[in-house]
Amino acid sequence: MAEADTLAGNDGPLYAARKGVYPKKVDGTFRRLKWLIMGVALAIYYGTPWIRWDRGPYAPDQAVLIDLANRRFYMFQIEIWPHEFYYVAGLLIMAGIGLFLVTSAVGRAWCGYACPQTVWTDLFQHVDRLIDGDRNAQIRLANGPWSAEKVAKRAAKYAIYLAIAFWTGGAWIMYFADAPTLTRDFWTGDAAFVAYGTVAALTATTFVLGGFMREQVCIYMCPWPRIQTAMMDEKSLLVTYKDWRGEPRGSLKKALAHPGSIGDCIDCNQCVAVCPTGIDIREGPQIGCITCALCIDACDTVMAQVGRPRGLIDYCALDDVAVEKAGGTAPPVLKTLLRPRLMIYLAIWSAIGAAMLFSLGERTRLDLSVQHERSPLYVQLSDGMIRNNYTLKLRNMETRPRKVAITVSGLPGAQLWTENGSREKASQRVNMTISPDSVTRVRLFVAAPAQGLARQDFTIATYGRDGDPRGDTDTIQFDRPEAQ
Amino acid sequence: MSDTPRFDEPTGTHTVGHEWDGIEELNTPLPRWWLWTFYACIAWAAVYVVLYPAWPMVNSATQGVLGWSSRGDLEKEMAGHTAKRAPIVNAIAAMPIAALPSKPELLEAAIQGGSAAFKVHCVQCHGAGGAGVVGLYPSLTDDDWLWGGDLATIETTLIHGIRNPDHDLTRVNSMPAFGRDGILDSTAINDLVSHVRVISRQEKPSAASARGAALFENNCVACHGTNGEGIRELGAPKLTDPVWLYGGSRDAIAKTIHNPRNGVMPRWNDKLDAVTIRMLAAYVHSLGGGENAPAPVVPAAAEAAAPDKAPANG
Ligand code: SF4
Ligand code: SF4
Repeated sequence: MAEADTLAGNDGPLYAARKGVYPKKVDGTFRRLKWLIMGVALAIYYGTPWIRWDRGPYAPDQAVLIDLANRRFYMFQIEIWPHEFYYVAGLLIMAGIGLFLVTSAVGRAWCGYACPQTVWTDLFQHVDRLIDGDRNAQIRLANGPWSAEKVAKRAAKYAIYLAIAFWTGGAWIMYFADAPTLTRDFWTGDAAFVAYGTVAALTATTFVLGGFMREQVCIYMCPWPRIQTAMMDEKSLLVTYKDWRGEPRGSLKKALAHPGSIGDCIDCNQCVAVCPTGIDIREGPQIGCITCALCIDACDTVMAQVGRPRGLIDYCALDDVAVEKAGGTAPPVLKTLLRPRLMIYLAIWSAIGAAMLFSLGERTRLDLSVQHERSPLYVQLSDGMIRNNYTLKLRNMETRPRKVAITVSGLPGAQLWTENGSREKASQRVNMTISPDSVTRVRLFVAAPAQGLARQDFTIATYGRDGDPRGDTDTIQFDRPEAQ
Repeated sequence: MSDTPRFDEPTGTHTVGHEWDGIEELNTPLPRWWLWTFYACIAWAAVYVVLYPAWPMVNSATQGVLGWSSRGDLEKEMAGHTAKRAPIVNAIAAMPIAALPSKPELLEAAIQGGSAAFKVHCVQCHGAGGAGVVGLYPSLTDDDWLWGGDLATIETTLIHGIRNPDHDLTRVNSMPAFGRDGILDSTAINDLVSHVRVISRQEKPSAASARGAALFENNCVACHGTNGEGIRELGAPKLTDPVWLYGGSRDAIAKTIHNPRNGVMPRWNDKLDAVTIRMLAAYVHSLGGGENAPAPVVPAAAEAAAPDKAPANG
């Protein structure tokens, strides 16, 4: 690359190799929080598809199921049809506002704790420590020659990576089909090609992104760091090295030799050693910091050992930095968290959630839509009456068959029948049973006397005849020949 | 306004040397894996070009060693669908059409298939949805049939056509051209029109209609029946209802008596296979005017027509 570098006109290389990151084991408040979140997140991800939820004989008994083939989305007692996709849109809006809320409160907390990239990277780093040992052993092994031991350790480690990756890919497809059936089909080779393809693709991405790319994803591939940085303000909490307290840094020995002239940072490099992205937080806020707060844990441990107050590295807002630098005390965290911006986000977020819950409870589960057949608009019948044809879509969104009636109003002398009935038996009402959880298409024939407006609006209604009389109506036009 | 790279102290990186309004660009080195990803993409593209159609040539593109084409995909899909439909098609072929209503799912399939075929073969004359064209082609949606509106009769009409030249089994009748051939003069035709308008309840009886009644008696009852009720076996239309193929106004009726149209419908047995014709018959029957078979051919048919029956899901 030397030639290209000359072209660029400076001494910097055009391409940078990845620097190995070997985070050291650490314990502390935030590490425990991370353990907890990781456990919950993985349990939800791997376990959810196996939760059963009885919906009766006409619907799947999987609690969470995205049934693409039948276009249904089940989530516990909620069932969403494709035309109700606005609920999903609502969820996405809530997720967006939730991100505003969290980010303006605690910065990149998503990155630090909940992002799948973080959770799986963390998991894989535990595997590294399990097989290779802690930081120093890992570095030694990485730099060492390809001995038998190294080959064995690498093989073991990659095998575990692969198992986790495969399990991750395998869990994903369980959301899209009945989990026990799919598992059996998967292993007997009867599952759809797309199932194997998806598992293969997700196994590969998990293996590569979690096992090898790690912080490179966060630094080079992911848009979130940029977006979240733009959402923060001077009151958002950031992992901050309090340089006004720590600098000038110096070893314990130095501090003892020159009391008063050396800061609290004893330059032990523990914060760098534990950092999962391999950066030095003491250089200030930077794009590589996912705010996982592990350096806080590391530094707190050190401060406890040397008998200095904790929090040399701590969550701290830019405003607090200014206050503390000037010698004041930062306002309590709670006060920063209760500021109007966050309250407004919270209010909007809750309002959308409440509105969705309310409308979910209120939505009708029997839906009618009527289309007037345009060709022909009307039919002259041999007894002088006029017939119009309508296509009805009866949407039964309940998981049981429904007995329903179809009636009309506002059209005197009307007779109705469907393609399964006949005009001889026509009356003011058609009764039928519609299948559970499906759309039933019905052709409705409506005959009415020829006398009347050439274009007349009337109403077609449907309602349950099985105890739940709620239903739906649709107003539609009846056409007659223009005055003969 | 520096055009030369500058070393940026805080980041430890050179700038590329460009500067716009004080905004400079750091010459941050690309991660090396990015470079390898780029090479991998190039390799992938090379493989793709070999495997799949790629380079545009004069008449077509290079074929690729896999021999894949979107047209081939379509053919495979169509063959799959044909294979999937085969059991239904065979079942429909195997039963008399009058028995179709006893198998609601077959009937539904036949109607769907007929609807598709109708759009290709029939809409040219009968219009979308079988609306017909007044004065030219009959509506298929009403309850007035020239030759009969039950499934089997409709199928026969479709198979053999009406007044189809060079086909022995075709349905034929022919109304004489009373005016053009000089059988009735124009006064007589006028009287006859009055009578027809009276029996179809469009006019009050008059002296002219009384004269017309006598003319009707002598010239028309053989086909149209004593009271103008029509005779299906002959394909002679009912004159007492408000449904008119060629119009029910005085002018239109006079025109028909003077010079009848005797419209032609092609036979379809030389163009379509038997199952498609059967499906077309089921579809036409479903348009709203379909009649039950004259005699109970298959008892089960009545059951299928019973109300309160959930229609098969489409
Ligand atoms: S930078 Fe992106 S990938 Fe990395 S933790 Fe944050 S959101 Fe996740
Ligand atoms: S600097 Fe600290 S908070 Fe930031 S990623 Fe590293 S360990 Fe986590």
